[in-house]
Amino acid sequence: MMTNPTGRLTQGQFSFLPDLTDEEIAMQIDYGLSKGYAWSVEYTDDPHPRNTYWEMFGMPMFDLKDSAGVLMEMKNCRSTFPNHYIRLMAFDSTRGIESIAMSFIVNRPAKEPGFSLVRQEVNGRSIRYTIQSYSADSPEGERYGR
Amino acid sequence: MATAKDTALEQIKDTKKRYSAGVLKYRQMGYWDADYLPKDTDTVCLFRITPQEGVDPIEAAAAVAGESSTATWTVVWTDRLTACDSYRAKAFKVEPVPNNPGQFFAWVAYDIILFEEGSIANITASLIGNVFSFKPLKAARLEDIRIPVALVKTFKGPPTGLIVERERLDKFGRPLLGATTKPKLGLSGRNYGRVIYEGLKGGLDFMKDDENINSQPFMHWRDRFLYVMDGVNKASAATGEVKGSYLNVTGATMEDIYERAEFAKELGSVIIMVDLIIGWSAIQSIANWARRNDMIVHMHRAGHGTYTRQKNHGVSFRVMAKWLRLAGVDHLHTGTAVGKLEGDPLTVQGYYNVCRDSYTRQDLPRGLFFDQDWCDTKKVMPVASGGIHAGQMHQLIDLFGDDVILQFGGGTIGHPAGIQAGAVANRVALEAMVKARNEGKDIRNEGPEILRKAAQFCTPLKQALDTWGDITFNYASTDTSDYAVTPSASV
Repeated sequence: MMTNPTGRLTQGQFSFLPDLTDEEIAMQIDYGLSKGYAWSVEYTDDPHPRNTYWEMFGMPMFDLKDSAGVLMEMKNCRSTFPNHYIRLMAFDSTRGIESIAMSFIVNRPAKEPGFSLVRQEVNGRSIRYTIQSYSADSPEGERYGR
Repeated sequence: MATAKDTALEQIKDTKKRYSAGVLKYRQMGYWDADYLPKDTDTVCLFRITPQEGVDPIEAAAAVAGESSTATWTVVWTDRLTACDSYRAKAFKVEPVPNNPGQFFAWVAYDIILFEEGSIANITASLIGNVFSFKPLKAARLEDIRIPVALVKTFKGPPTGLIVERERLDKFGRPLLGATTKPKLGLSGRNYGRVIYEGLKGGLDFMKDDENINSQPFMHWRDRFLYVMDGVNKASAATGEVKGSYLNVTGATMEDIYERAEFAKELGSVIIMVDLIIGWSAIQSIANWARRNDMIVHMHRAGHGTYTRQKNHGVSFRVMAKWLRLAGVDHLHTGTAVGKLEGDPLTVQGYYNVCRDSYTRQDLPRGLFFDQDWCDTKKVMPVASGGIHAGQMHQLIDLFGDDVILQFGGGTIGHPAGIQAGAVANRVALEAMVKARNEGKDIRNEGPEILRKAAQFCTPLKQALDTWGDITFNYASTDTSDYAVTPSASV
């Protein structure tokens, strides 16, 4: 278990709150849709802080204007990858933004072992740091149990 | 006082008279032109001037235009070796400042040839150079500036910008959280790193050096950087998030600054910090360095109050913010409105707009006198820091939205249950408030209730609210916007 105060991975907008219910998730989706964002679902079993590219569970839903549809995609992803990290992301294509506007985790593995910090002593007192996932030694897809 | 027909009030068009040796009024020399229409390529400044007793406001405005461009106190024939009319700034409008007897707003236009491209130092040397010591004025303040697109495009702007910063940090849809390490002075490197680690592991995104932490006898800068980066990396491993700590590279010389910045880069820091007092040229230099080295630049506006605090004299912070956005900083302290430091809420919102807008519209209640097209210049992340705490989360998010860094220094480190608990309280308050706002709650009014509810599952937040819930800093602001209820159209 991770030793930060939440005991879990704290990426995303709401990791310090109790897990959002599906009804609460739908309200967040509605908020994003009201802003004109496009939602997408992504999953991974490599939640390294600098792993930018989680796997896309389908394309961003640019034309989907109904939270029920987004929620359905999320549930599909959950049943396909129950032991993966899954996040919902909202994309804002406004000129000058053209980036992610919301992102929060909606599924986690039952156990989150977290990361070790590997220190390599180099010149003088300098240290090179490597953040290494305890579960990354297993092949993709087998890291948090099937 | 002269009458309107008095020839002493008109520009002298007869060149022989105009250039005969002697002293003329500024308006006679051509620095006042009520019919002048600023060109799209002109820089337009709005000054608040307080002329000495008996000095005509139009002559005072003409003098400001003169002394901030080509004029000297007497006629010089060498003007005639130049296309001198181009080089004369033109005061073209003067109005009394509403509710401030003796003060006048003066609009002055500057041709684009007057400024070196891509140099804030050059712009400031003209606009806030000699003119601010000019005897016929009791006081002068540069209230706002419209920088033409043609000049904006000669600047590279923020090295990273707030959009790319979020992508690098993988943090979206909420304000970022920070804290300044306290006490400001006296901690050893080892003790300092402890505060960094606790704050970041507890849930903050950033920790921060204070403005006056450089390399004093109690802590050498290298020692600080080494311990801080151990705390940053340990916290990143403990949370799975990208974390950072603003390493203040401010030093006595540019060579010192570069040396410190290089070491921060070698250690893998995502961000460095400089203070405003290093000066415009140093800021543009470190911005260039940051672009070459994928670094975010945090600007602490230390010293700005000497320019900005007095309403009748100096430079408004909205002008400083415009110059800093062009010069190239990624973070900028812009006030809290609700904390311990100066700032009227609407005026402070005006500074935020200057940092984040793609196109800033004239907005007189917020002190914005001009439309300003930023033509795709990257955006600066504003920083709210100074005497704020978790109990004000609803006000802060309501005032400033998501694109802001909220820095709770005392409000994290002073938590009764420790630094990690302080960080947890702030992060929970933040996430609960963002979630509630997105759900459609009226956070300005329901905010305290939302916080109390969140405190039911979060003891650190309850402790924070019990400790600071009632703390406010309600002093009258010294810098509010002066504008007429029916304002005249501005350029």
